[in-house]
Amino acid sequence: MEHIRTPKVEQVKLLDRFSNKSVTGTLHLTATHLIFVESNSTSAQEIWILHHHIASVEKLSLTTSGCPLLIQCRNFRLVHFVIPRERDCHDIYSSLLRLLRPVSYDELYAFSYNPKQNDQQREEGWQLIDLAAEFERMGVPCDQWQLTDVNREYKVCETYPRDLYVPITASKPIIVGSSKFRSKGRFPVLTYFYQEKKAAVCRCSQPLSGFSARCLEDEHMLQAISKANHNSRCIYVMDTRPKLNALANRAAGKGYENEDNYPNIRFQFVGIENIHVMRGSLQKLLEVMGTRSLSMTDYLVGLENSGWLRHIKAIMDAAIFLAKAVTVEGASVLVHCSDGWDRTAQVCALGSLLMDPYYRTIKGFMVLIEKDWISFGHKFADRCDQLDPDPKEVSPIFTQFLECVWQLTEQFPQAFEFSEWFLIQIHEHVHSCQFGNFLGNSQRQREDLQLKERTYSLWAHLLSEKQNYLNPVYSLSFAESHPVLEPSTQAYHFKFWRNMYHQYDRSMHPRQSILKHVLTLKESNRELEGTVQALKTKLQAFGVSTSPLKPQTPPRERSLPSRPQSLILGAPLLSRKEVQQEEDEEVLGEEAREDAPASTDGERTVEGSSATENGYGELTGSFGSKNEPAVVTLEFGVARMTC
Amino acid sequence: MELSEHIKTANVEDVTLRRPFHPALRGTLCVTSHHLLFSNRKDEASWQLLILLKNIDAIEKRAVGSSGTITIKCKDLLVLQLEIPGMEECLNIASSIEALSSLESVTEMYPFFYRPSHLTLLGPWGLSTTEQYYKQTERLWDRWRVSKVNSDYSVCPSYPSAVIVPREVDDDKLIRSARFRQGGRFPVLSYCHHSNGMVIMRSSQPLTGANKKRCKEDELLLQAVIDGSELGYIIDLRSAQQAQQARMTGGGFESKSCYRHWKRIHRHHERGKVVQESLIKLVEACSDLSHSVDRWLSKLENSKWLSHVHSALSTAGLVVECVERDGHSVLVHGSEGTDNTLLVSSLAQIILDPASRTVTGFLCLLEREWIQAGHPFQQRCAHSAYSHARLKQECPSFLLLLDCVWQVWRQFPLALEFSEALLLRLAQEVYASNYGTFLCNNEQERCAAGVKENTHCLFQSMLKPDIEEQYLNPLYEPTDLAIWPSVHPQSLQLWTGMFLRWTEYAQNMEEAREEVWSIVKEHRERV
Repeated sequence: MEHIRTPKVEQVKLLDRFSNKSVTGTLHLTATHLIFVESNSTSAQEIWILHHHIASVEKLSLTTSGCPLLIQCRNFRLVHFVIPRERDCHDIYSSLLRLLRPVSYDELYAFSYNPKQNDQQREEGWQLIDLAAEFERMGVPCDQWQLTDVNREYKVCETYPRDLYVPITASKPIIVGSSKFRSKGRFPVLTYFYQEKKAAVCRCSQPLSGFSARCLEDEHMLQAISKANHNSRCIYVMDTRPKLNALANRAAGKGYENEDNYPNIRFQFVGIENIHVMRGSLQKLLEVMGTRSLSMTDYLVGLENSGWLRHIKAIMDAAIFLAKAVTVEGASVLVHCSDGWDRTAQVCALGSLLMDPYYRTIKGFMVLIEKDWISFGHKFADRCDQLDPDPKEVSPIFTQFLECVWQLTEQFPQAFEFSEWFLIQIHEHVHSCQFGNFLGNSQRQREDLQLKERTYSLWAHLLSEKQNYLNPVYSLSFAESHPVLEPSTQAYHFKFWRNMYHQYDRSMHPRQSILKHVLTLKESNRELEGTVQALKTKLQAFGVSTSPLKPQTPPRERSLPSRPQSLILGAPLLSRKEVQQEEDEEVLGEEAREDAPASTDGERTVEGSSATENGYGELTGSFGSKNEPAVVTLEFGVARMTC
Repeated sequence: MELSEHIKTANVEDVTLRRPFHPALRGTLCVTSHHLLFSNRKDEASWQLLILLKNIDAIEKRAVGSSGTITIKCKDLLVLQLEIPGMEECLNIASSIEALSSLESVTEMYPFFYRPSHLTLLGPWGLSTTEQYYKQTERLWDRWRVSKVNSDYSVCPSYPSAVIVPREVDDDKLIRSARFRQGGRFPVLSYCHHSNGMVIMRSSQPLTGANKKRCKEDELLLQAVIDGSELGYIIDLRSAQQAQQARMTGGGFESKSCYRHWKRIHRHHERGKVVQESLIKLVEACSDLSHSVDRWLSKLENSKWLSHVHSALSTAGLVVECVERDGHSVLVHGSEGTDNTLLVSSLAQIILDPASRTVTGFLCLLEREWIQAGHPFQQRCAHSAYSHARLKQECPSFLLLLDCVWQVWRQFPLALEFSEALLLRLAQEVYASNYGTFLCNNEQERCAAGVKENTHCLFQSMLKPDIEEQYLNPLYEPTDLAIWPSVHPQSLQLWTGMFLRWTEYAQNMEEAREEVWSIVKEHRERV
């Protein structure tokens, strides 16, 4: 709190990013949030920005109307305030600079966030995901794979979890020897077991082969993996890096497997670029998308030049290769990149998702993230810039994974139990530092921080509002008939994910959502069914037979039993949160309201007609000029409805 | 020459057919005057494939040993292959297809021969007429009238016989105004807004020419449109520079000094050949099987198709803004007033008018604003994206409209009563049809060819209850509000249902749609 010099500034203008519209309101600065409350009483919108979400704050040069403050968030929100007095602006600015750069983990929101749960509930939350049970689900341990305790004390590899699964023929000396020959000690371990063909997906980091070094234990290790699969002796080794990068690594004493030294391997480069390229690519993408009155040509050229979708496709291609090798050829695959925690996590997780319908359910997807990302040490703290940032370590690796999944949901609308809002919500919380799951860089660090005792689990929170994330057209029979997804990699399937990168640019989104609407219908179907059942039971209790027609039970009765109001057709689907839980979900709630059918929504009308005053000036202003710009920048750039 | 004379080989056995989503089939190929039939059964009455020859945009033949392969590319973007044993048969079939798919004479076309048992040629043709529209639209009665000045199509060959004009302007003035407008397309009413009585007019460009001619009657006509209110807008669908240049060839624009109460806004729209080439490039890009994202994006950009969608929606938005928000009447025109003009005026109505968002309302809108208003369908839709023929007057304006409507539906999925299926059906029918609706270039030609007496009306058949059902949007919830689409490039998308229609992607989408339907049906039954 001592960092906050000015907790409240009035008469602050919030400028719309893509039009000349603005609203006036009050800015509040709290220990955890920056809050903007619009003064207009009829449509008072509130914006809550968690400090952890802020990526950068910029004070622009003074204008006649005040001092502009530009805030960029990690969830791709961009807000532009104009603060009347420069001193206030400076106060806010410097407070924010301090607040968004926490120096110790204790300062993170997760350690102060309290959703009013008791310890038991908290513990239950953390027990939701059990990786041992997950390996059991895959059929491990089995006659070929076993749990090893070499890393129980994090002695062999400190970025790996304690429990690791290896081939039964891999003895401790082999494991230890292999780990010494692998970058950061990340030796080959099992991450997914394809029971049907007894084929394994293993992951590791690059070998320290340099130009000629060998390691017998490491060779034995691969041999053991190969022996564990009776279907196919040959194992694929996927180096997810471009060949050039791998070659360059050799000069530093690292590198890749020499096929001559490892019998039965098929070595393959995949060509996913490194974290620096990905960071640059996203930056370019956001720059283009943030341009005002962007033309169609600039949009498409910018999309191409950013290379973003090319990278997404590269990851997808790799995952498809992996899934094919395992499911079609029944071969085991070893995946690595340099350290084996970025590209390797992407490819293993996405590949497993293609192979196993379980990972396409809400619970299964949580398990997948917990396994391939959290437990195997994707460096969330570094990549997501949680603490004491090194800008060179930040990279949207996990975002890319979520996007790949989204691209799949677009291609297979019935294959996933969850909708894109689930993915977006996870992305939100990877950066919010509100829950303990993603804090730190490895399991070991998480244990040191005692996260399970001191913070709450995101998964419990998400499961509690599961109905908001359901995909209404999810079909179990589709999952049964398509256990393995075979996505097309035609270029036209790769689309720009507007709802992620423009989540907060309200003007850009459809004002009506099929998803939310159908979800409401489905929910209401379920309710009606429930009511009918309840009434039947009641009647039976009174000794009335339920089979004949019963005019005395009008269908209207269905509104009698009490139920959450959100289920009423057309009402906001996401219920508003309690104040202490408010945060960014608030915004989702806001959106849901917009997405509700028009006829039930008075507010939109207000918004539309109040917007009316603004554009006219622009309209008349455009008459005089001889060379009209081809692109219209008027008000109707905004999707809306008016009377 | 009889049509049958084009057919040298009517039947070929042992032909192999390859097409998307189906295993290769072996069977008999048969060419008739209007159709290509393929059957793999002895039973003649059943067939696996029936294509209107008019639907065929291009064919490519290739010899493989003694047999030949014909690749058929249809105007609805379907591509299929026929392997025909015997080179001679192959060449004969190919030349029959070439000759019969490009018939020029309207009365030889299939709609004149299509006689299904469930339809009758008796009774009125079409959904509505100008007079009926006027009668139904009470808000017009006060200040507007139906003029029959064009009853013999002499004033404007491309207008219908009846048009709606300001009550106080007599027919003589209309004739004079028509002489001052390209193709005689004087300003007529297109839409009158239900909430404030403001109107959208459309016309062609005025023939001011290099020496700035004036026409008093034309000025009076427009003056009568705004009737004392201080301002109207002219949305000129050309850039200011293009409008200036048009004067050199006898065209021009309404100058400020002559039309004092009208303000002119220029919005550049591509037309004709440029748009046709966009379509060709887009379809080419969609059938490119290379897997490079960069190449795809660059081809998509290069086609400029989405840019046309973007400008059409933007300008329609501008028109709506003038009418609905600012409460002013609007005149829309480009050069000829038969393409972009209709595109913009009909899109504006979709955005503004809830009545045009129902199945019937939408089809009526198309009938009024495209068919009666004289969009030259025969010229514009002679060829589609695959044809190698030299472009004459082809332009996919209508397809562009359907794409724009699809974009609106994407953004307001509950606001339209019809579904994508209706748009897809129209996109197909406009190029090749059993029905007479899209034949000819205007009402005059349709009259001369006897279209109304000798063909069936597509729209009527689509509105038959059992047929209409397949075009309904399960989620439809009528709204009286104007629906303003967002025109950020990020908000516009490739119309995959159309352009990627023959891919597996479309099939997955179809299944998802069916699931939505079943949820809605379940809900209706429960409630």
